[in-house]
Amino acid sequence: MNFKNFREYLAWLYYQYLLITGIYVLEPWEKSIFNSILFSVIGMVVYTSYVFVPIHLRLALEFFSGLFGGQPESAMALMS
Amino acid sequence: MTESSANKLLNGDSCHRTSNGKKSSKNGFVKNHCLFQQPQKYHRHRERDQHVTHNSSLYEKPFAESFEETPLLVAVLTYMGYGILTIFGYLRDFLRHWNIEKCHVAREKEEQKDFVPLYQDFENFYTRNLYMRIRDNWTRPVCGVPGAKMDLAECVSHDYNWTFEQTGRVVKGVINMGSYNYLGFAENTGACADAAVEVTEKYGVGVASSRCEMGNLDIHEELEQLAASFLGVESSLTFGMGFATNSMNIPALTGKGCLVLSDELNHASLVLGARLSGSTIRVFKHNNMQSLEKLLRDAIAHGQPRTHRPWKKILIVVEGIYSMEGSIVRLPEVVALKKRYKAYLYLDEAHSIGALGPNGRGVVDYFGLDPKDVDIMMGTFTKSFGAAGGYIGGKKELIDYLRCHSHSSLYATSISPPVAQQIITSMKIIMGVGGTTLGADRLRQLSENTTYFRRRLREMGFIIYGNDDSPVIPMMLYMPAKIGAFGREMLKRNIGTVVVGFPATPIIESRARFCVSAAHTREMLDTALEATNEVGDLLQLKYSRREQPLPSLGWMAEESLLQD
Repeated sequence: MNFKNFREYLAWLYYQYLLITGIYVLEPWEKSIFNSILFSVIGMVVYTSYVFVPIHLRLALEFFSGLFGGQPESAMALMS
Repeated sequence: MTESSANKLLNGDSCHRTSNGKKSSKNGFVKNHCLFQQPQKYHRHRERDQHVTHNSSLYEKPFAESFEETPLLVAVLTYMGYGILTIFGYLRDFLRHWNIEKCHVAREKEEQKDFVPLYQDFENFYTRNLYMRIRDNWTRPVCGVPGAKMDLAECVSHDYNWTFEQTGRVVKGVINMGSYNYLGFAENTGACADAAVEVTEKYGVGVASSRCEMGNLDIHEELEQLAASFLGVESSLTFGMGFATNSMNIPALTGKGCLVLSDELNHASLVLGARLSGSTIRVFKHNNMQSLEKLLRDAIAHGQPRTHRPWKKILIVVEGIYSMEGSIVRLPEVVALKKRYKAYLYLDEAHSIGALGPNGRGVVDYFGLDPKDVDIMMGTFTKSFGAAGGYIGGKKELIDYLRCHSHSSLYATSISPPVAQQIITSMKIIMGVGGTTLGADRLRQLSENTTYFRRRLREMGFIIYGNDDSPVIPMMLYMPAKIGAFGREMLKRNIGTVVVGFPATPIIESRARFCVSAAHTREMLDTALEATNEVGDLLQLKYSRREQPLPSLGWMAEESLLQD
């Protein structure tokens, strides 16, 4: 299919979203309810990942580097 | 037991050996002498393709049927879609129950609230909350002849499909891919229409009596003799309505103490007739001869449920073409089974009469079998003959018995005279009476159209069910929102299609059903195919995962070999 501009492509993507989730057959107020619930859930997921994922990643990296990095240190201590 | 005595058990000429052969062993004699052995356990999991028949000696031409498996992602998304719509359905039911929203559907009265609820089962829930939202795809009023092209009255709804009103505009020239007009006899000009007009002037339109009292006109006798010679049977009986033929004649044929073996996907009229008769009903898997044979062997070995007496009669009920799947019954194998196990065969040729076979005589003609092998041949005049009504054909004793004992023939009104004349004229055209080649031309046109349409749809990448020769073409849609979207988008492009959803099909396998007609020209089919292609891209309906062989690549490969 040929899309004249980006907006038409986005409109087609929205149409696919309506068809796949089945929202296409619902009345407009039901569509708004579903979209707002989905949008708020996605918003919460994005916010939580923005706030907490870097901290968890840093902790995980420290834990694993402690496991591998700590071994040669203790072996050296034993030898010396 | 040795092989020679095993041979004597089977009927002489009618038994065809399977390609797998038959092993006689001391134990398991009963199990190893099945006519149709189980297929090997290992087979490709992707498709339930049945290109290779296990009993190829019975078939003259290859039996090519395919039912491609649902892709997993599509199935998951379809269930998710139905889940979301069910949640919204519960929300709306809640609002209706607490009177926050106006209720348009039937409800129980106040006094009945303490009794068993009437409208809470899933079918009613589905009708209220899912069917109603896309109801504008069905019950579109047709103004005029439903031929290859038709006119539709435009209807709009202002309250989301609860009520409709006509705008007064008529959409003209909609290509009709939904009517069962296989040979194009639904027309208001031509020999059939002229003959019907003449007969109306002679007999009027109403019959004003039931068949056995005063409703037996000479045109009915002529019709019955013609139908009997068309089918190749001794005698036939006609009725005013096809549904009533099935539902009222099966009770006259079987009763308590009889066994009805019916296919999984039989039509509602056959199921209703079998239930009304009071016989025991057992269901075998769709078109599966191993399942049917197992049921027959169990029935004969064990007899009736508690008393173990032998069954009075065993009736196998199958259809010629199953209209929701587009599949053709494996008639040679069914006839071989019926002869071996001494059962009776009831064949419902509603969609296949006039549409299959080199001479248009139905599925018996298509496989090249003898019509005398089928005990009861039933069919309807609605589809290929452009009229209304049903018939039953068979031996003279059977038809004479049915004339006195069937509810339809005793109490129902007989076929109206202009309709009977339409059937007579169209049947004579198909048979080629009087040297006309119109019938043969139409039959050839129908089979060409079928092959072309199926091939093009398959090449485009849609999932098409059914046999390669059947004019009924189901195209899978799967998702609930796409059912409504497909119907509306095709109507925008001036093509009328029929989409089918839940109660008629399994819940995730909703489909659009195309019925090809001999009246469609190549240009009409090309227009329809282009529109289907566009809508398929727009709605992302091209689910098929088969690789298409590209002829151009093969040519290039050969050339490069030659150059080297």
